[in-house]
Amino acid sequence: MTQIGHNVSLPERARRIRRHALRMGEVQGQGYIAQALGIADVLAVSYFHATHYRPDDPEWEGRDRFLLSIGHYAIALYAALIEAKIIPEDELETYGTDDSRLPMSGMAAYTPGMEITGGSLGHGLGIAVGMCLGLKRKKSASFVYNLFSDGELDEGSTWEAAMSAGSYKLDNLIAIVDVNQMQADGPSLGVMNFEPLVAKFEAFGWFTQRVDGNDIEAVVRAFDAARSHPEARPRMIICDTKMAKGVPFLEARERNHFLRVEPHEWAEALRIIDAGGTA
Amino acid sequence: MRRSKYSRPDFLTQGEDRPRLTTSAMIASIAGPDQPTRPAPFGHALAALAQTDDRIVGMSADLAKYTDLHVFRSAHPDRFYQMGMAEQLLMMAAAGMAREGFQPWVTTYAVFASRRAYDFICLAIAEEMLDVKIVCALPGLTTGYGPSHQATEDLAMFRGMPNLTIIDPCDALEIEQAVPAIAAHKGPVYMRLLRGNVPLVLDEYGYTFELGKAKLLRGGRDTLVISTGLMTMRALEAAKALQKDGVDVAVLHVPTIKPLDEQAILAECRKQNRLVVVAENHTVIGGLGEAVAATLMRSDVRPAGFRQIGLPDEFLDAGALPTLHDRYGLSTNSIAASIRRWLDA
Repeated sequence: MTQIGHNVSLPERARRIRRHALRMGEVQGQGYIAQALGIADVLAVSYFHATHYRPDDPEWEGRDRFLLSIGHYAIALYAALIEAKIIPEDELETYGTDDSRLPMSGMAAYTPGMEITGGSLGHGLGIAVGMCLGLKRKKSASFVYNLFSDGELDEGSTWEAAMSAGSYKLDNLIAIVDVNQMQADGPSLGVMNFEPLVAKFEAFGWFTQRVDGNDIEAVVRAFDAARSHPEARPRMIICDTKMAKGVPFLEARERNHFLRVEPHEWAEALRIIDAGGTA
Repeated sequence: MRRSKYSRPDFLTQGEDRPRLTTSAMIASIAGPDQPTRPAPFGHALAALAQTDDRIVGMSADLAKYTDLHVFRSAHPDRFYQMGMAEQLLMMAAAGMAREGFQPWVTTYAVFASRRAYDFICLAIAEEMLDVKIVCALPGLTTGYGPSHQATEDLAMFRGMPNLTIIDPCDALEIEQAVPAIAAHKGPVYMRLLRGNVPLVLDEYGYTFELGKAKLLRGGRDTLVISTGLMTMRALEAAKALQKDGVDVAVLHVPTIKPLDEQAILAECRKQNRLVVVAENHTVIGGLGEAVAATLMRSDVRPAGFRQIGLPDEFLDAGALPTLHDRYGLSTNSIAASIRRWLDA
């Protein structure tokens, strides 16, 4: 649906997003790589199937808004923005370095295509609610996408926003929660049991789908259904993803919220991604 | 120090029969019995301004009625957004609205905006310099309901937030003038709100509000009172009372707490070597008093003395507002007595 790259498949987009993220991770030697690898398929569908935008005009009024509530996933979104040609590819070498446009935590003032300042978790969904109300005032047809994490389900503000979206019947809001089952202190359900998620969001008035977030065809179907759903309700896509998806030796690490990767392992990770990517 | 909940009130055991004041409604009127007032000056000013400014929307967290925003809601029902009793959401949604080009005016109580929603104002609004106007009732000690509703430290908290402009208006006239000035200012603003029947005081002084400007309301050779918010009203009354005793008190009104009009403050303090008294409806920690003190110190200005009239660093009592204003030194009589005492010392 976007204006560029119709000839490139979504799996190939996802492979390239993983590749950009790994290369940024290599600059730092560590980071939120596992989240980036896990959410790459969802970002590929978001930027190369679902959302409308203009790479040369990231603030184009007619764009769909894609909010990154999870500031530390910035590395993942930068990879998608690079693939979408909103950020030049050579800037990935500046990731997290002084005076870069690509700081470790995503901020709207730093990066083209970064709609909000995330990082203080639990902000994105509520900001999305306000933007949806504003877009409706303007009679805009744009959607607001808010990508947030299972950890943010612990924040009360997330549920304030969820309730209000249902109350206002915000059918221009599509929220995507990345359930990767890993938070700073360990597995998400061990930190706080947020299940049953589908029933919770349904009870809050949302049209709710739950899919394997690493199954691109399933994600495409879920995004299509979210956009075309006839009822006046906000739309939730719960994406179960695998941390570090695509790089088995990183997937296997028990504590992979913030990955430290040995220098020689980056090349190995890239080799694995490249080998599996276009298959 | 609070009284023990395990001993019965003294007046019950000692058979005292004088009438005791009672805590009034949540928002007690600060108007004196014969004071001229105007109803809901904020609500009327915003409703009028919105007629010529399409960007303006109103948002509240179940307190439109108690922040005078109901006047706006009645005038522009399709531009009012009820966000429920959820102050975090209120600020996030206002940030989203501002991102889409609107100018949200959000209202709640000052305690909830400062204590509960601080992170959301800071990161979702101020960090991005978004054009959100936050207008909050019950600033300082303006309710007898106790610490749950008394925003005694909001200025201290908000002064630490970059990008945020802070206004503490004195009366109905100032609120009416501040609303269009705040709308014209691009960026986030926090305004302390006086609501309901708000006293009209500054018309007598030919006053005009200018954002960022302190104004000398009356000159005086003995003491300079630097005041903000409703304490300016009290300072003016105290100055009139002291005048009768031959004590000459100047009053410099500082409605913009941040950015502070340091030039005007320094100029007035340098003009004459007087006792400087800073009066604010706020804890003595982190508010106008400390801001003025630091300004004077940084510029090597040493007045004849420096004193603060403000709330103590305590959780305050519940009770009738006049009782509490006397107890904590904010009433006109207490201000006059304090100034007399300091001048005599």
